[in-house]
Amino acid sequence: MNKTLPDNRGYFGKFGGKYVPETLMPAITELEMAYQEAKKSPEFRKKLDYYYRNYIGRPSLLYYARRLSEKLGGAKIYLKREDLNHTGAHKINNAIGQALLAQQMGKKRIIAETGAGQHGVATATIAALFDFSCAVYMGELDIKRQALNVFRMKLLGTEVIPIKSGSKTLKDAVNEAIRDWVSNVKDTYYLIGSVVGPHPYPMIVRDFQSVIGEETKEQILAEEGRLPDYLVACVGGGSNSIGLFYPFKDDLEVKMYGVEAGGIGLHSQKHAASLEAGRIGILHGAKSYVLQDKDGQIREAYSISAGLDYPGVGPEHSYFKEAGRVKYVSVTDEEALEGFKLLAQTEGIIPALESAHALAYLLKLIPQTKKEEVVVVCLSGRGDKDSEVAIDRWEAKL
Amino acid sequence: MRIEQNLRYLREKRKKGLIIYITAGDPDLETTEKLVYTIAEAGADVIELGIPFSDPLADGVTIQQASQRALEKNANIPKILATVKKIRKKISIPLALMTYYNPVYCYGLERFTRDSQKAGVDGFIIPDLPLEESEDLRNIINKSGLALISFLAPNSTLERIKAVAQKAQGFIYCVSVTGVTGTRENFTPQILEMIEKIRLYTDIPLAIGFGISSPEQAQKIVKYADAIIVGSAIVKLIEDSQKNLPIILSQVNNFVRSLKEAIT
Repeated sequence: MNKTLPDNRGYFGKFGGKYVPETLMPAITELEMAYQEAKKSPEFRKKLDYYYRNYIGRPSLLYYARRLSEKLGGAKIYLKREDLNHTGAHKINNAIGQALLAQQMGKKRIIAETGAGQHGVATATIAALFDFSCAVYMGELDIKRQALNVFRMKLLGTEVIPIKSGSKTLKDAVNEAIRDWVSNVKDTYYLIGSVVGPHPYPMIVRDFQSVIGEETKEQILAEEGRLPDYLVACVGGGSNSIGLFYPFKDDLEVKMYGVEAGGIGLHSQKHAASLEAGRIGILHGAKSYVLQDKDGQIREAYSISAGLDYPGVGPEHSYFKEAGRVKYVSVTDEEALEGFKLLAQTEGIIPALESAHALAYLLKLIPQTKKEEVVVVCLSGRGDKDSEVAIDRWEAKL
Repeated sequence: MRIEQNLRYLREKRKKGLIIYITAGDPDLETTEKLVYTIAEAGADVIELGIPFSDPLADGVTIQQASQRALEKNANIPKILATVKKIRKKISIPLALMTYYNPVYCYGLERFTRDSQKAGVDGFIIPDLPLEESEDLRNIINKSGLALISFLAPNSTLERIKAVAQKAQGFIYCVSVTGVTGTRENFTPQILEMIEKIRLYTDIPLAIGFGISSPEQAQKIVKYADAIIVGSAIVKLIEDSQKNLPIILSQVNNFVRSLKEAIT
């Protein structure tokens, strides 16, 4: 696992690449060059660190969840508190980084896609902060599921453009954002929110999210004097999980679990488990695992959590899967709701439904662990935005 | 081979080529077959048949919706190739399949090339397969005699133009604007600039597409290149008269004829 990926063609093993129309090729080449320049620039690093610390509130806490650990009766569970970031999720780490990049490139307008609205809110936030004009594409169905985030984006001065085509969710929002980008490529920066899309996006987003894993490593060494035995994070497109996993990829004693959205169940076709139940294909500019039918038409993904409701996954996850470095599993909607309630009632923390998938997997993982072992879970976002969905699902049961 | 031969032949005769796109299976494959005869009869020189894809990100709303209609009727590669076989028994107009990479990758690159060749297809147009990613398919196609059509755009750099020109087969699809497919009112002088740059590196036929929707526009634009490509404007006619086959055929016939006249 020691080589530096992606390679110069944008591939992680056989995954990734740049499957985009000709009109976008100059744009992604320009982006790649701007990013290489930024990476070498101490000035850029200084600015990024400044905003991480003073605007997002980094480093985020690594919190020992004592009651949760005792309740589950196995390994010590730590939560990486990305939910405490400004705007309430890990998405802002990447949004700030790419905003600085867009600024350096002299772009005036930013566009983005969003599923749960967390990336949309993060993008709208940095657009306000850095004075970009901003449009966010969002599926009509997601707009209904995430009314609070839609309001936040509008309040921040962003135009939210509803997508009525296809499944009316994240996949269709990405299509429409790419079409906008193709049409306005000269002055517009496309701020992708996950480790998906054509090269160099999966690399850029991973690098900006790796702050999660880098901090975790330092914090757990300070707290426990050793590396964790397990890392657990949810995977939709896969940005919070890559952020946590990547700095540990060469520490082979650390076992890593990526938790996909099992929806109604993998047998049902109503799920978003691209890595577990998909096949290799090309979606949104990259080769990766994709949910598709026998003719190569992209399937509509399904999950209770809008942020995981995506039929593809970042190419580096596909690479980690094939290399056997990360084990990918899934939990259903029902199990995720259990995880949601479990954390609320043991620790007084309401997690995002996305993060609740990672928490729910603890119910399966912890019984196989020893008390002296250590698990770190990425609590990628807070759950306020999901209250309505949860109310619909089980108000009666509370 | 035949796509390029036809367009070069036209150029020798000092004529311009007309390339017409329709989405196969919209509103159904029987109509597609009849439309191909009509379009050929009306004077098209090459026909592009779109294999519908669920996520056509280089296409505007007209072709997105046509793709959706075709998918609802279960159009797929085997059925479309069967239609091509039927067409081939009657007419010999050059046919290119236009689609996105995932359906092709899923079907299998070798199998797609072989079955297309057997059915009588002359070339492929795949907008999300830029030069950098096309090597696998190109290696297979090169043995088959089919053409893999390349794209260039107004913002393509000289370096890219040179690289694409070197590998170009059939014709180069010159995108008239930075944008997606669909009708447009105006075109920029960038087209002429782009064509002049491409001409520095190759004499392969050049076809301009994206946004051409009227005989007047066709007439203006065709002087820059060897051929024009019209898609969305035709698909719109088909969309407008979904349930009435005679009307679709007569309207498409009239429109293609008016385009042909405009560029002659």
